[in-house]
Amino acid sequence: MSQERKIKILIAKPGLDGHDRGAKVVARALRDAGFEVIYTGLHQSIDQIVQAALEEDVDAIGISILSGAHMYVFPTLMQKLKEAGLDDVVVFGGGIIPLDDIPKLKEVGVKEIFLPGTPLEEIIEWVKNNVKPRPVKL
Amino acid sequence: MGLIEQLLKGDRRAAARAMRLVEDNYPEGREILKRVYPYSGRAYVIGITGPPGAGKSTMIDKLVKHLRKQGKKVGIIAIDPTSPFSGGAILGDRIRMQEHSLDEGVFVKSLATRGHLGGLAKCTDDIIQVMDAMGLDIIIVETVGVGQDEVDIVKTADTTIVVTVPGLGDDIQAIKAGVLEIADIFVVNKGDKPEADKTVRELKIMIDMSAPREDGWKPKVYKVSALKDEGFEELIQGIYEHKKFLEKTGRFESYRKDRLENLFLIMLKDKLANNLISKMKEKGIYDKLINEMFEKKIDPYSVVESIECECSIEGEKI
Repeated sequence: MSQERKIKILIAKPGLDGHDRGAKVVARALRDAGFEVIYTGLHQSIDQIVQAALEEDVDAIGISILSGAHMYVFPTLMQKLKEAGLDDVVVFGGGIIPLDDIPKLKEVGVKEIFLPGTPLEEIIEWVKNNVKPRPVKL
Repeated sequence: MGLIEQLLKGDRRAAARAMRLVEDNYPEGREILKRVYPYSGRAYVIGITGPPGAGKSTMIDKLVKHLRKQGKKVGIIAIDPTSPFSGGAILGDRIRMQEHSLDEGVFVKSLATRGHLGGLAKCTDDIIQVMDAMGLDIIIVETVGVGQDEVDIVKTADTTIVVTVPGLGDDIQAIKAGVLEIADIFVVNKGDKPEADKTVRELKIMIDMSAPREDGWKPKVYKVSALKDEGFEELIQGIYEHKKFLEKTGRFESYRKDRLENLFLIMLKDKLANNLISKMKEKGIYDKLINEMFEKKIDPYSVVESIECECSIEGEKI
C-alpha cells in the first residue's frame, strides 16, 4: 500500500474577530494547492484551537487576526502548544498586524506573518517549503 | 512509554498521532493496528448519513451532549470530500461541534475521502480501531452527505441512522433507494418545522409498505430538533433498542464478523494487486503491456486471464 502523506493545516479565527473572508480565501487556496485544511470557524478560544490542533494532529496552524489582539493571542498560543506537547507544529498568521510587531511575534516562535495584499501564491509557496510531515516515533 | 502504550491508556495526543500514522499509511501505522487489534470491538459504532443540509453535524453535536450526560466517552469521525482536482480538502464539520471542543470525553477526528467512494474514507475502519483502543464507548461516523450511493456505512456501523429534513422537495424521494434500505433508524431533523410531522408520517407509511427486512428489524422513525434540543433522549433509547435487538438475535456478532471479513478482503485484494503491479513495473513490462493492449495487439481480458501467482499465507504455500 502506497504512502499518502498529506499536509494538514488548521486555519483558526481566535477571539472576538468577526470577519472570516480572509481566512476562508486562504483555506480554499490551500485546498486547491492539495493540502487538507481544517477550518475551525469563528470565535475560537486559544484552548479550543490547541485542542483542535491536537485531535487532528495538524502540521501547521494558520491564525487570522483582524482585531489587534495578536500580541496576546500568539504568545499565549505558543505557550499552550508547548504545554500540550505540540511545539513541533508550525505557526503562521495573517491579518491586521503592524510591521513593527512582526519581529516580536517571530521571537516567540511564530514562523511567518502574511500581511494584507500578500499574493496567495506566495503563501502557498511558503507553506510548501516550510511545513513538512513531522518525524515518526513509536 | 511508547506511543502504543500511551494510546491504550487513553492518551489523546498519542491517539491523535496514531490516527494520523494510520490515515497516511505509514508502516508504523500498520504496526499500531496490529498491536491494538486484540483490544478492538468494545466500542459501539453509530453511522450517520443523509443528504447535505440535513443538519447531520448539528444533530451529532446534540446527540453527543446527551450521550455525555449518560457518562459515555464518545468519538466522532467526520468525513468530508477530497477535491478531485487538487487532492486537497476543507474539513469543516468541527465548526458544528463546538459545544464539546474542550470536553476530554469527546474526540473529534476529521477525515477526507481522498478519492475513496461510498461515503467513507478508506481508513475509516482503521481509525475506528484506534478510537476503540483508546477506550471510547461510542464512535459516531458521519459520512459525506450526498445521500445517493453512500451506503458503505452499513458495513462499518452497528446502527445506521439516516437523517433527513422536511421540505427537501420530494421528501422521501430525496432519499434515494439505496440509502432508504440501509437505515436502521430514520431521524427527521429540524423537527420544529411545520412539515416535520408529515415527513415522519410518510416515512412510517413507506416502512409499513416495504417488505420486512431479512433480519426482522423494523426501522424506527424519530423526530428531533437540534435547534431546540428536543427528541434526543428518545433517539438514544431507540439506538439502545436496536443494540439489544442485535444482541438478542445474534446479529451483533454475525454482522461484526461480516465487517471483519469485508475489511480483510479489501486489504487482501489491495495487497495482491499492488504486489503484482509493482513487479510488473520493476521488470519494465507494465507500460509495454498497456501500450500493446491499446494498440490492440492483445486484449486485456486474455492478459488478466493469463495471470497466475504463487502465494503463501502465514508461511504456508497455497
